[in-house]
Amino acid sequence: MLAYLRNSWRGLTSMRTALVLLFLLALAALPGALLPQYPLNASKVADYKTAHGLWGTLLDKLGFFNVFAAPWFAAIYLLLSVSLIGCVVPRSVDHLRALRSEPVPTPRNLSRLPHHASSVVDVPVDGVLATARARLRGWRTRVREEPGGVATVSAEKGFLHEAGNLAFHVSLIGLLVGIALGKLFGYEGQVIVLADGSQFCNSGILGYDSFTAGLKVDGTDLAPFCLKVDSFAAHYLPSGESSSFAAQLGYQTGTVESGPWTPYTLEVNHPLRVEGDRVYLLGHGYAPKFTVTFPDGAQRVGLVQWRAVDGNTLLSEGAVKIDPPGVTSEAVRRRSQLAITGLFAPTSSGGALVTSIYPAPDNPEVAVDVYRGDLGLDSGRPQSIFSIDQGLVDSGRLVRVARQNLRPGQQLRLDDGTTVRFDGAEQWVSLQVSHDPAQTSVLVFAVLALVGLVCSLTVKRRRFWLRVSPRDGTGSVVEVGGLARTDQAGYGEEFTRLCRDLIGLQARKEVEHAG
Amino acid sequence: MPVDMLLARYGDLAFDSALAVYVLAMLLHAAEFSLGRRLAPLAAPAPVGVLVGAGAPATVPAVPHPDAPAVPPLAHPDPPAVPSGRPPAERAGRMAVALTVLGVLLNAGSLALRGLAAHRPPWGNMYEFSGAICLVAVVAWLVVLYRHTRSGRAAVLRRLGLYVLLPVVVLMLLAGTVLYVPAAPVMPALQSYWLAIHVSAASVASGILLVAGVSSTLFVLRSSGRLARLPSADALDRVAYRATTLAFPVWTFAIMTGAIWAESAWGKYWGWDPKETTALIAWVAYAAYLHARATAGWRGRPAAVINVIGFAVMLFNLFFINFVTTGLHSYAGVG
Ligand code: HEM
Repeated sequence: MLAYLRNSWRGLTSMRTALVLLFLLALAALPGALLPQYPLNASKVADYKTAHGLWGTLLDKLGFFNVFAAPWFAAIYLLLSVSLIGCVVPRSVDHLRALRSEPVPTPRNLSRLPHHASSVVDVPVDGVLATARARLRGWRTRVREEPGGVATVSAEKGFLHEAGNLAFHVSLIGLLVGIALGKLFGYEGQVIVLADGSQFCNSGILGYDSFTAGLKVDGTDLAPFCLKVDSFAAHYLPSGESSSFAAQLGYQTGTVESGPWTPYTLEVNHPLRVEGDRVYLLGHGYAPKFTVTFPDGAQRVGLVQWRAVDGNTLLSEGAVKIDPPGVTSEAVRRRSQLAITGLFAPTSSGGALVTSIYPAPDNPEVAVDVYRGDLGLDSGRPQSIFSIDQGLVDSGRLVRVARQNLRPGQQLRLDDGTTVRFDGAEQWVSLQVSHDPAQTSVLVFAVLALVGLVCSLTVKRRRFWLRVSPRDGTGSVVEVGGLARTDQAGYGEEFTRLCRDLIGLQARKEVEHAG
Repeated sequence: MPVDMLLARYGDLAFDSALAVYVLAMLLHAAEFSLGRRLAPLAAPAPVGVLVGAGAPATVPAVPHPDAPAVPPLAHPDPPAVPSGRPPAERAGRMAVALTVLGVLLNAGSLALRGLAAHRPPWGNMYEFSGAICLVAVVAWLVVLYRHTRSGRAAVLRRLGLYVLLPVVVLMLLAGTVLYVPAAPVMPALQSYWLAIHVSAASVASGILLVAGVSSTLFVLRSSGRLARLPSADALDRVAYRATTLAFPVWTFAIMTGAIWAESAWGKYWGWDPKETTALIAWVAYAAYLHARATAGWRGRPAAVINVIGFAVMLFNLFFINFVTTGLHSYAGVG
């Protein structure tokens, strides 16, 4: 049993397994790049599934539309992490031991090594040793004596190769841990705020339009801060492509909701970093403003974000829903609720059919349908804020009572004398608040991994040996040998230089004479 | 600042000329290749140093022995004595290299003009990015060639030129047609100094990996006994390995800076955007290649095959991912 465990452990931590696991990891990530993914675009997944029928359902069941949360993906990276730890720990121990041990003794036969040379020089043994010591500065060396006045030098260099390699692999572990911690303790929420001085406070999950959080976040102690969006401006190229966006914000930190607002210009690429959270500008759009004046003179203002149906021209659609004022009877209310739906064009083409030709609010116009009746707001069924319930229209409980195009300041009149005036449009911004307490550690480990990697790939672990034997009283025979522990590429040149410096040109001539 | 249309026009002109010159160079390399076939000795065997003996045999085995020395020590052969009467293959090859150098200058000029015209780093869309990758690839190739020239082994290696220029020409052709966009400022998400850092690292890595990918592809063919006119499998393997070890940290850096940029642009440092994911897949493939090089039994062909796969993923990431899905990368809007 023990032997079995030991064998599996050895198998798991072998280079070959690491290789296979790396390969599997790459393979398993592939569908994540090729297939639509829920976290990125759920509606695309839905489209894909309807287009592919049974096949799509099967892929969904197997987790192919959420690869990076699928158990089989987790299995691979967990195995890889275990293999990584099992591989790195013993290697670190070995490396520390190697750091403290002495360079290995000079092999008996240096000519067996991949790099070797020998020569006769006019310098006594001591002189050669002195030159060698000087030349091998920076190497770990050890001089040993052999019988008959023979001396050897063992030298090693390039421990940074292994150290870098270990640093790289250890940092990968640190990186994975950091990512996991971020997933556990992080959160991310999106919210739409009108750019007319409206405020948003990071006080709880309910303030958000959507919120995703790690397992360890219950939403009770989010970082305390409030935002106020004063204005928003976008610039566009003549083609309609945007060239810059900026929202003017004010923010307050702490639990006390008073005190001065600190101004900040929120732009793409320039998130607001506050209280350990980051606030991003994700998107923007228009919120047409309508004033409804009822026959009794009471007024209601409707101002709700509409969503773009065309990203290039920002033609937008939406619905403004209004409860009549002063109505106490539930039955009357159900007959007289109003909804203003339709299209908004920031730069209208001016035609009878409202379309937008440019995203800037240069020539705004709305095409609205006004409905009256029961909006179904208290039916308990969740409703989109961008549309009315078509079922209520079909069943006749919501009736269209007007259809008209309006420019700012223009109004339409309903049969009961109620007027609906289009006042123009405000802009809204969509903000994202993100919190990831571990992301600094992820960055640190990534940088360490890179540094380790560079050391490991540029430094070569190499050994050099030299044996000098006395000859004819004043001269000596020098043999040298070299071995690079990792890939050989590159050691040849260095070895050649070492030979030249240690044996010298004079020696070279002598041998050539002899030859 | 408005785009300088005149400079932009000159930039496009330089791009087209670079492409034309590369095509000419490629044709000359092809001529060298086919003429070279009939000339019996491709290159004199490198003389082995007298003083310092190399342990490996002078003839290199098809699959490199892991302990084979990279360079025969002290083997500095005399410069080839060919002042006059060079064989036609040699002449074609030299002209090809000269044209390649000209092409590089034009290629670099086209990027510089684009950058000046649009007042930003000239790699803000797929057209410019492809041009930058080609520039790096050809420069990397010339560096390899230069280093071999210094050690007297350029003549055979030069034949790689045909195979390096082939993907470069295809890439530039695609860039100049399908991917072409006129000079313009970049959209807000790209207006960041990270564009200069992240994308230039990505193009440097991609360009060098192109040379590695070509070498490994040829290695696989060569080690199965085909294309005997090519440089030795050992030399190909060495070029691939050197290029990969150089490019891998750069690619790592590119992915890291991408993550840093994403943190400030998209709201999180890693979002499994398709382009991001595919870049990571390529990274993992190259990590597997480096592992294979250090694993007994995986060194020669299997490692080369992994390198080829890695490069295939890079190419896939460069082009096709943009058509398959649209992620957050603004590059994804092709054309
Ligand atoms: C997350 C997974 C891994 C990645 C991304 C990875 C990546 C790399 C890279 C890029 C290298 C080459 C650079 C260098 O020499 O430092 C390398 C080398 C190495 N890796 Fe890994 N590795 C991983 C897991 C492992 C595992 C599980 C093992 C243990 C079996 C391992 C053992 C080694 C060894 C021994 C080397 C040195 C090879 C040499 O001496 O050239 N690695 N790794």
